[in-house]
Amino acid sequence: MIAIRDVRKSFGTNLVLDGITLEVTQGEVVCVIGASGSGKSTLLRCVNGLESYDSGEIVVAGQRVDRDMRHIVAIREKVAMVFQRFNLFPHRTALENVIEGPVYVKREPRAAATERARALLVRVGLAGKEDDYPHRLSGGQQQRVAIARALAMQPQAILFDEPTSALDPELVGEVLAVMRLLANEGMTMIVVTHEMGFAREVADRAIFIDGGKIVEQGPARDVLASPQHERTQDFLRRVTHPI
Amino acid sequence: MFSLKDLAEYLPLLARGALITVEVFALALVVATLLGLAWALMRVSGVAALSGFSKALINTIRGIPILVQLFYIYFVFPEIGIQLSAFAAGVIGLGFAYSCYMAEVFRSGIEGVDPGQVEAAQSLGMSRALILWRVVLPQAFKIALPPYGNTCVMLLKDTSQASIITVAELSFQGKLIASSSFKNTEVFTLVAIMYLVMCIPLILIVGRLEKRFGRK
Repeated sequence: MIAIRDVRKSFGTNLVLDGITLEVTQGEVVCVIGASGSGKSTLLRCVNGLESYDSGEIVVAGQRVDRDMRHIVAIREKVAMVFQRFNLFPHRTALENVIEGPVYVKREPRAAATERARALLVRVGLAGKEDDYPHRLSGGQQQRVAIARALAMQPQAILFDEPTSALDPELVGEVLAVMRLLANEGMTMIVVTHEMGFAREVADRAIFIDGGKIVEQGPARDVLASPQHERTQDFLRRVTHPI
Repeated sequence: MFSLKDLAEYLPLLARGALITVEVFALALVVATLLGLAWALMRVSGVAALSGFSKALINTIRGIPILVQLFYIYFVFPEIGIQLSAFAAGVIGLGFAYSCYMAEVFRSGIEGVDPGQVEAAQSLGMSRALILWRVVLPQAFKIALPPYGNTCVMLLKDTSQASIITVAELSFQGKLIASSSFKNTEVFTLVAIMYLVMCIPLILIVGRLEKRFGRK
């Protein structure tokens, strides 16, 4: 479904991705963990063309991600993205945010898109919030609207870029619950996260990235419970026992 | 200071001037807004030739006094075969000069939109044009509104500069009446009050727009 082969990228002299190879199959949930600045967000952004890469190859659903805008747009219609800071359109209501892509990009009839959007908002637990503007919603609610907006494009996979990192602790659970729902329904997901509990319980596979390289990967339980590599052990120790 | 007789005598003439002021202002505002939007879009287009042209144009025009630009259009253009009425020259000159201030107002609005908004729109597969129209411009409009209102008020007052090329607007009429009646105090006080009165609705309209769009 998503194939990443020996991808390298640098910002100036700073090598952010140093030969990443990763295959994500249909229905798989992969959690990417690592310290900030390790390149995990950049990797995610390369997959849907928000960031270009210098060498290697990324293929999504048979389509190569290159610099051709037509290819990138085709990929974005298959792979949705959820951002750390939600990035909802502030001048549009929750419902308008969700139908924006279907109506203006996919040219679906507005009535049909609206009906689907209402159902999606119900699914993420936001029935009754259709006409609220984002600033009237809590962070957790905004992120759930953003997930509904991603789902409205009927993607084959969703990329999550630290979806709970900007949330107050008490709001993290409601977003993770929606993500767990999607995972159980078989959605292909790549999740960059610091939520180790979520990774352990929901992910099929965990990937630990450090210095732009995959240091360790394997079944999420194994990697998180008994990491083999010293740097993974060190990172997990600091995440789980911060003091 | 004012006698009613003076008022009755001067007010109709000044009102006629004020009407022309409003006409010059309204037409110049349309020219300035449309051209300004064009310059701003060229500037942020990401196409080097367009943004370079826009930047050079804005900095050139901003560096030349409006008065000199008006002289140029009114007195120099006829020599290359472009004959314009004083009114048309005033509208075009002010509109063009102000398009460069407007361009900077719009650019600051466009650049003030959170880059995350563009990324979210891109990730939905939206084209550049669609992102601009549906995501960036509506938000840029809100950011640009207060400085836009300020620039409008400046334009309204700067229409008085068109008097230099004989556009018979408010300050031109005032000067005529004052020099023939020698009632400088009365006439120029009246002229000042009339400019102020014309600015107030403008300030109120912009204030109302800000409140309306600020709520969302």
